[in-house]
Amino acid sequence: MKKTLATLGLALLIALPLSAGATPQDDLADFQKYYMERFPNTPFEDFANGVYSIDAASREQWLEIEEFAPYELNLSKGEELFNKPFANGKTYASCFENGGIGIRQNYPYFDTERGEVITLELAINECREANGEKPLGWKKGAIADISAYMAYTSRGNVFNIEIPNDPRALAAYERGKKHFYQKRGQLNMACADCHKFYAGNMVRADLLSPALGHLTHFPVYRSKWGGLGTTHRRYGGCNEQVRAKSFPAQGEEYRALEYFHTYMSNGLAVNGPGARK
Amino acid sequence: MNLIRRKFVKSTAFLSVGATLVGSGLLIPRRALAAYAKDAFAARDVEGAISGSLGSSNYSASDAVKLKAPDIAENGAVVPVTVSSSMGNVDAISIVATSNPGPLTSTYQLSSACEPFISTRIKMAKTGDVIAVVKADGKLYSATKEVKVTIGGCGG
Amino acid sequence: MATIKIRAKAKDGVTTVKALISHPMESGQRKDSKTGKLIPGHYVTEVTAEHNGNQVMSANWAGGISKNPYLSFKFTGAAPGDSIKISWVDNMGKNDSAEAKIK
Repeated sequence: MKKTLATLGLALLIALPLSAGATPQDDLADFQKYYMERFPNTPFEDFANGVYSIDAASREQWLEIEEFAPYELNLSKGEELFNKPFANGKTYASCFENGGIGIRQNYPYFDTERGEVITLELAINECREANGEKPLGWKKGAIADISAYMAYTSRGNVFNIEIPNDPRALAAYERGKKHFYQKRGQLNMACADCHKFYAGNMVRADLLSPALGHLTHFPVYRSKWGGLGTTHRRYGGCNEQVRAKSFPAQGEEYRALEYFHTYMSNGLAVNGPGARK
Repeated sequence: MNLIRRKFVKSTAFLSVGATLVGSGLLIPRRALAAYAKDAFAARDVEGAISGSLGSSNYSASDAVKLKAPDIAENGAVVPVTVSSSMGNVDAISIVATSNPGPLTSTYQLSSACEPFISTRIKMAKTGDVIAVVKADGKLYSATKEVKVTIGGCGG
Repeated sequence: MATIKIRAKAKDGVTTVKALISHPMESGQRKDSKTGKLIPGHYVTEVTAEHNGNQVMSANWAGGISKNPYLSFKFTGAAPGDSIKISWVDNMGKNDSAEAKIK
């Protein structure tokens, strides 16, 4: 399925003005319809498995890794960290709904009181600070382990991110959407170029994953990293891959992106942490 | 008992002796086991890797040895490999990656209670053959599979 | 230390053991991207499996095995409820072991 640059440009030209009037619900329907038509042999739920939903050979290797995935080590650690009381005697459970168990699918959400997008990692660190502890690094290590454990307890729960009827929530959504479709960096590429228009094609020897289902399996253990990393770690890496300047982890830009990005996977279930190449 | 074991181990350098001791099911403290196959791991050639770990480099391909490895590795740092065999009396297995600077990735001593089966994940520097060599009744049998290792386009 | 996770399952007289070990498995051939110097080799050299005090299997590893290494093997003579013990030693003299019940 070759798309010439001209067709690509045309597609974008058409897409942008239309989206100015479209609601997030319209965007969601279009987005998911696009992938369902592009990959007709993939059942909707399977998009949560990324490239493994569209390529048999890599799926087999992934299944072998999943026999006993490296993130299992992080899960044990994450559980320990999650249950370990702070110096003041409280635990993470006190900061979260349902004691922090089975709630991954509720993130990120727009906090209308604060006027901000709240991601799970942000909530974890805010919990620490509220209890007199130092915040953890955003991209890997303890925060990824804890986030992985919380995701694991939520496996199978379906994402249903809401965009409340609040201009600030809509603005965050639109900001995330803009980032997704905007070309950037020396390579002048948008997230959408690789993960929407060219999803399923090869970039040298890498198969491009569809953006539908992207965030269901985070945090992710990447063989490339030899470890577990968070969504914003990957965002930074992706921006840098197209030789664009990355944004700060958990800053407004990436939180807006995560908000849009997760919303687009509404209807899919949590399956984190994941194992990827 | 102790004296005999110590003398026995001292007089040999090969893992094959270790295999005999292990196979007999004797309680053996880790340190008294046959020496770590250092030379085999240091070998820069396939023959050295196999003879150093299994005592000989005289091996022949056999359908009775099954090697499962991907055609194209998703990531050369983590290549799942599974070796199995329908043969009896398999007491050692070595896994060789011919294009690695040190071709021997690992070698296994199996007691008589063990099934001829090993699964692990190896590193492959670049495209090359993976050779699984199995030792049964003193003879070596192998299976070979080419695994392609590619450069991705995603960088970070 | 909890560097070893074990899953052991018995079926029709054969016990399949899967072990996952937390270890950097540095081959000693990788260069530090910042300093340009070689990162010293730090890898598990031996993994042993014991059942009822008998050594069932022993593995010799080096830098060619992946980081956070995985190992699976099968053996007979064990029953559900028995214990399997996995131990490792590395080239820096560190070690750890863990036990698990066979299901």
